[in-house]
Amino acid sequence: MHDVAFEKVTKKFGKVVAVNNISFQVNKGELFTLLGPSGCGKTTTLRLIAGLEIPQSGNIYIKGKNVEKLLPKDRNIGMVFQNYALFPHMNVFDNIAYPLKIRKQPQKEILHKVTEIAKNLQTEELLSRKPNQISGGQQQRVALGRAMVQEPNVFLFDEPLSNLDAKLRTEARSFLKHLQKEMKTTAIYVTHDQKEAMALSDRIAILDKGVIMQVGTPKEVYKNPENVFVAGFIGDPPMNLLDCSIKYNQNKTVLDFLQFKLNISPIRDLLREKVNNEEVIIFGIRPEDIKIEYKDVSPNSIKGEVFVVERLGPETIIHVKIGNLILIVRDFSEPNINMGDTIWLKIDLNSVHIYKKEDGKIII
Amino acid sequence: MMFKQRTNLWNNFWVYLILFTLVLFFILPMLWLVIAPFSSKASLAVKITLPSLNNFRELFKNKIAILAFKNSFIISFSSTIIVTITSMLAAYALSRTNFKWRSTLLYALLLFSTVVTGIAAMVPLFVLNLRLGLIDSYLSVIFVFIGGFLPVSIFIIKDFFDAIPKDYEEAAIVAGSTPSQGFFRIILPLSQQGMVVIALYIFMNTWGSFLMPFILLRSVNKYPVSVAIYTFFTQEGLPLLGLLSAYSLLYSLPVIVLYIIINRKFGFGFHGGLKG
Repeated sequence: MHDVAFEKVTKKFGKVVAVNNISFQVNKGELFTLLGPSGCGKTTTLRLIAGLEIPQSGNIYIKGKNVEKLLPKDRNIGMVFQNYALFPHMNVFDNIAYPLKIRKQPQKEILHKVTEIAKNLQTEELLSRKPNQISGGQQQRVALGRAMVQEPNVFLFDEPLSNLDAKLRTEARSFLKHLQKEMKTTAIYVTHDQKEAMALSDRIAILDKGVIMQVGTPKEVYKNPENVFVAGFIGDPPMNLLDCSIKYNQNKTVLDFLQFKLNISPIRDLLREKVNNEEVIIFGIRPEDIKIEYKDVSPNSIKGEVFVVERLGPETIIHVKIGNLILIVRDFSEPNINMGDTIWLKIDLNSVHIYKKEDGKIII
Repeated sequence: MMFKQRTNLWNNFWVYLILFTLVLFFILPMLWLVIAPFSSKASLAVKITLPSLNNFRELFKNKIAILAFKNSFIISFSSTIIVTITSMLAAYALSRTNFKWRSTLLYALLLFSTVVTGIAAMVPLFVLNLRLGLIDSYLSVIFVFIGGFLPVSIFIIKDFFDAIPKDYEEAAIVAGSTPSQGFFRIILPLSQQGMVVIALYIFMNTWGSFLMPFILLRSVNKYPVSVAIYTFFTQEGLPLLGLLSAYSLLYSLPVIVLYIIINRKFGFGFHGGLKG
C-alpha cells in the first residue's frame, strides 16, 4: 500500500491550471521530492495533500484512504512551511505543543512528548523563548518539532531550507534526511533546488507547468532524463542541448550542427529506425562526458575556442565556443588553459542523448 | 562662521516666537479646564485664586449630572463592544476572502459611514428612529453609533489582518485546528493591539459625540454627559461657569484614564505588530 497516492488530480485557479491531471504514488517511509521551477505546481500539489486546497477532479489517498471529504485537521499531517510560520505570540514550548493542545491531550503527556522532541532536536534550552528570539536554524528545528509532535501520517516540507544561509542549509539538509530515515515517516519535500533534491530524495518527481515530466531515483533522472526539460533541469551545469540534423550517408552517419559535424557511425543503428534522414533533433551531452584535448589527435574531435574558465577547486567548468555555439565542459584534472586558447573536444558517444525536436521526448 | 551663527539665532528667535504663540493657543483651554473647576469664582479667564472644592460639591448634588455619567457609560460601552466584535469578524472575512468589488464595497461603506454620523443624515435618522419607535431610548443612539463606526473600524482592522501572513492560520489548521480555533488562538492574539486601538477610538468618539444623542433623546434623565453639559445654564442662557468647568473636567477623565491604561499595557503602534 502506498502512503500517499494521486490519481488524475487537477487543480485550477480561475483559468490557470496549476496541477494538470497528475498521478503518482509515494511509498512507505520514502522521502519523495517534488522538484520544478517556480509556478510548476509543486507547492499546490503539497497543499492539496494537506487539504489547504481542494482539487477540481481526481482522487488523493493518504494511507489508502480517500481524503476528499477530510478537513486538514483530520488528515494528521505534519507540515513545515517555507517561513516556518511559528506562532509569534507563543514560546517555543507552546509552539511545539500546539498540535497536542488542540487535540486536548493530557498535560502530562504533552510535557513528556515536547521535552523529548526538544531534546531530539537540540532545542531544549530554547523552550521558554519566543520565535523572534532564536536564530533561523533554530526556528527551522522548532517548526520541525511542531510537525513531528503529533506523529503524523506524512510529513510535508515546503522549501524548508530556502530561508537558511548556504552553510547552514547543507547542515540542516543532512540533519533532516537523517531524522526522516530514523523516524521512518513518509515525507514529501518541495524544492526548486535540484541539488537539494538530488541530495535528499529517495525518489524525485520533476514538474513543469502542472505536469509531471519524470519520476525516478536521483540516479535515474540524472542518467536517463526522459525529456529535454528534465535533461536541462537536472545537473549543474546542465546538460548541453543543441539542435542538429542527422545525415545517413553510405559509409558514415553524421550529426550536422552547421558550425561543425560529428561522426556518430558507432551508434547509428540505435537511431536508424527512429529518425529519418535530414530530420532535426536535439542532441544532449553532459559536461563531464566531453574530454578536452590540446592537439588535434582524434579524428572525430571538435575544434573550439575557450570562452570562459571557472575554477571551482576539485572541478573546472570550461565554456567552449564553436562558431556561435557554446558547449560546457566539466573537467577534473585542473587543466592549464586560459581564455582564448584553442582546444579540441572529444565527445563520449556512449553518453549521448537524442531527443525529438517537436515534443522533447527521448529517442536514445 | 560668526555670521552664520548669528543668522541661525535670529532665525530661531522667530521660530520660537511662532511656536510659543501656537503652544499658548492650544494650552490655554487646557489650563482653564484644570484651574477653573477649583476656583471659587470661575470666570472665562485663566486666573489662579484660592483653591476650593465648592464647584464639585454643588455638582454632586445635581442628580441629572450624575445620571448623565451612567447614561454615557451605557451608550459608549455597548457601542464600543458591539462595534469591535462585529467589525473584527467582518474584517476577518473581508481580509481572507477575495471577491469582485471587494475594495469598492469597502470604500463605499467608508464613504457612507461619514455621512451616517454626520449632520447630513440628521433628518432621515430622526425619521427612521421615530418610525421604529426608538426615539428617546438608548438603543436609538447605540444603533446610529454602530452604523457610523462599523465601516471605519472594519476598514482599519482589516488592515491589521492583512498584515498577518496566511501561513499562521494554515499552520494552525494543518496542526489540527478548526478555522475558528485558528482565528481565536492565533489571529486574535496577534492583532490584539489593533483591537484595543479601535475600541479606544470608538469609545472616545461616542463619549464625545453630542449631535446624535441630542437629537434622538428627549428626556433629560437619559442625556449622556456631552448633552447634559447644556443644562448648566441659567434661565437667561448664561453659563454657570463653576459647575460647567468642574463637570467638563470629570467628563474628560474617563478618556484620559483609558488612554493611559491602554498605553501602559499595549503601547500605541498602528501596525500589524508582527516580528519575524
